[in-house]
Amino acid sequence: MMTPELSQVFWLYSIFAALLFITGLYCVLATFNLIRVLVGVEILIKAATLLIIVCGQLTGRQALAQAIVITLIVIEVVIMVAAGGVILCLYKHNHSIDTRKLKNLKG
Amino acid sequence: MAMEILLLLGLLAAALWTVMTTRLLRSVVGLALTSAVLSIIIFRLNSPVAAVFELSVCAGLIPVIFITTISFTQRIAKSQIQERRRERFIRFFLLPVIVVVAGLALLRWLKIPALMLPAAAGETDVRLLLWNVRHLDLLGQIVILLAGAFAVVILFKEPRK
Repeated sequence: MMTPELSQVFWLYSIFAALLFITGLYCVLATFNLIRVLVGVEILIKAATLLIIVCGQLTGRQALAQAIVITLIVIEVVIMVAAGGVILCLYKHNHSIDTRKLKNLKG
Repeated sequence: MAMEILLLLGLLAAALWTVMTTRLLRSVVGLALTSAVLSIIIFRLNSPVAAVFELSVCAGLIPVIFITTISFTQRIAKSQIQERRRERFIRFFLLPVIVVVAGLALLRWLKIPALMLPAAAGETDVRLLLWNVRHLDLLGQIVILLAGAFAVVILFKEPRK
């Protein structure tokens, strides 16, 4: 059973992770700039990272949580590099990174 | 506990600034700041290896990738700046309100859970755990890094004349 102090800490971190998630999701949904969409995805990943570390601390399995977070960070970097490349290619072809102007695949 | 609350508020403020600022470069600086604050939080939660990764990769490398991408694009025309700012303000002025209301609602209605936790077991050293137990993760990391490298090579390949 969790001690009251541990419960309170977990509860606090969970609330802030949820608020961080809301911020990232709003950024992804409300913007039309592709770079800002990536920034929003980054914030979503940060919320997930925070929650994984807190759960590791709560269950006493910090090593496992750290291993998962390291894997997550590696995946995050590769996604950002590949997505950056895609954005640059789109910019080269369309001279814009505004999603409203990307209509080349529209049927 | 006060320090934790302060750091979490700092994290949220940095994330909000990242999302709401009008200039892209400021947004990337805000992202680096968010990562730096998160790495302090992770370090305080007894996870130093993950904190170092977060600080060096997320606060160091990823902003460099973003700045490189931004530097290849052009600024919008001066005549459009005011219009874009107004448009962004209309779209984003609700965000702090939503975050504050959601925070208050969660504080008010989310009950502290009484979870039954499993006994801590297994490897306690992250290096040994990563090499001896989670070696498939390492294999996956190598594969995804190679996939990323191939993606970049293909995306920036010049067509043959």
